[in-house]
Amino acid sequence: MLEPLHVMILSLAMFSVGVLGVLLRRNAILILMSIELMLNAANLNFIAFAWAHPDVAGQVFALFVIATAAGETAVGLAILIAVFRNRSSIRVDEIDLLKG
Amino acid sequence: MSETLLRFVVVPVAQIAVVIAALLLIVVYLVLLERKINAFMQVRLGPRRVGWHGLLQTVADVIKLFTKEDITPRHVDRLVFLLAPVVIILPALAAFAVIPFSGGSFRVGSVGVRAWISDVNVGLLYLLAITSLGVFGVVMAGWSSNSKYPMLGGLRSAAQMVSYEVPLGLSVVSILMLAGTASLVGIVQAQESAGRWFLFWTPYPQILGLFLYFVSGVAETNRLPFDLPEAENELVAGFHTEYSGMKFAFFFLAEYINMVLVGCLVAVLFFGGWLPVTFGIPGLREPLSNFFPFWGGAGAMLTGFFWFGLKVFLVLFLYLWMRATYPRYRYDQLMRLGWKVFIPLGLGHVMVTALAILVRRG
Amino acid sequence: MEAQFLMFLALAAVALAASVMVITRRNLVHSALYLIVTFFAVAAIYVLLHAEFLGVVQLLVYAGGIMVLFLFVILLVERPGTGPAGKPMRWHAAASGVLTLLVAAILGAHFLRSGMAPPGGTAVLGASGGNLETVSLALFRNYLLPFEVVSVLLLVALVGAIVLARPRA
Repeated sequence: MLEPLHVMILSLAMFSVGVLGVLLRRNAILILMSIELMLNAANLNFIAFAWAHPDVAGQVFALFVIATAAGETAVGLAILIAVFRNRSSIRVDEIDLLKG
Repeated sequence: MSETLLRFVVVPVAQIAVVIAALLLIVVYLVLLERKINAFMQVRLGPRRVGWHGLLQTVADVIKLFTKEDITPRHVDRLVFLLAPVVIILPALAAFAVIPFSGGSFRVGSVGVRAWISDVNVGLLYLLAITSLGVFGVVMAGWSSNSKYPMLGGLRSAAQMVSYEVPLGLSVVSILMLAGTASLVGIVQAQESAGRWFLFWTPYPQILGLFLYFVSGVAETNRLPFDLPEAENELVAGFHTEYSGMKFAFFFLAEYINMVLVGCLVAVLFFGGWLPVTFGIPGLREPLSNFFPFWGGAGAMLTGFFWFGLKVFLVLFLYLWMRATYPRYRYDQLMRLGWKVFIPLGLGHVMVTALAILVRRG
Repeated sequence: MEAQFLMFLALAAVALAASVMVITRRNLVHSALYLIVTFFAVAAIYVLLHAEFLGVVQLLVYAGGIMVLFLFVILLVERPGTGPAGKPMRWHAAASGVLTLLVAAILGAHFLRSGMAPPGGTAVLGASGGNLETVSLALFRNYLLPFEVVSVLLLVALVGAIVLARPRA
């Protein structure tokens, strides 16, 4: 019997993997990908609760999250390309111009 | 229990087997047809050594591809290199799961058999989603080959397929609005109850939509005049340069299956799927929609296959005709056409269709 | 119902394994491909939870759009010669692990404290005309303003991305 709690556990695990990716890796593209993982984990919860209540509002909200994620990725990757053009690197520990 | 088995296992598996077998057969003869039509348009004879007028030429080619040495170059990324042909062919096949090939139904025991594998209410969106996955096969092949020309071909293809997906989706939106459902069966039924296909829908015929859909479909399938990812005289063979033997055959197969898919979708979305061609003459529909009335539903299904096949054949012929006629676009021309012409046209088309629907409802 | 649970377990295992692969691969293209696998599994879980429309949208937007963008940028930015990034420093890895565990513990405690909803019904989600119709009705009747705001947001993001990525003349 599938319960919302099971989906929540999966969501929690996926979110933690995403957090770990952001903290551990120093490649900016990989950090963006980890953020996508976290957004997906959040969406899983929305869908699970929409199914549990049941209320379609959760699904609508997940739709908004997906749309926002699309915008976020486009801007994020554009920033990456701009950074790469200036610094020839996308490793976040090498982008330290403010450090003087 | 045995009825459940029949309904959920035996019948679907048989349907899938029939669809895949038919697809392979169609692709084999589509290749031959392409060579024959090309030859005809260039005043040649084309293949005619193997079998009567070359009817077995492609069969011989397939046997050759099967028995060829299967080379995996040493400098490739093995896993991705081997997965790419699979990734490119799976979406092409999976898309056929929701195509309604014909109307009518017949019974096996107590289970009714229809001429589609499944009818889902998000069918059209499923198709858009699943066909957009083919691009990964191309990118994976291009990248994993670890070689210049495949890489360039892969990059071009990624840009091209993503760009032309937008006008493709936009031309489908107006069909969605007209039909009021995303189920492909529902779309054909909507055309039946409207009395005419969406191509001739009053007050605003969907001819522009058909044009946008077909041209974007040609671009999505990487066929001439939009075959830049594999442009042989500049990129050797593009993304599949490093592939040989059966792995190459998979790319080839996927390209032709995708062509058949675009043909099927044009038939379903704009030409009324399995509905007969009546030119609006009343009284013609009844006799033309079932050639074998004594067979009942099975007869209607066979007749539907005929009409559907005819429409798909017309679209495929157009494909081959274009290939024999037009030169290849240049890359910047392709992008300009996609973003500056097709997307605005598509947006305008959606708005005009919406207005037309409002006007019609009064 | 039992079948649903087993399928969920299988899909969850795939999603989780693939997401771990995403953050551990040295090769960015491999990471991106594993991320696509994750999105696929998540889309299948959506379908399992009676959100067919969301499942298809997930494939369409994430797999069909966002990941192509990612791959494109990776192919542009990653040069064959640059090689993988160096190993993370040990204290860095340890600190990341501890922080992640902390976040997970806080979130998990919060999850456990919140009232548990019962396993859901499906009638509301797919009533009359299927999930697509239900979602679109909710979207355009109750959430029209957020919908418009999101479309403006997307437009702004589009313009911003073009301005950022375009080469200086």
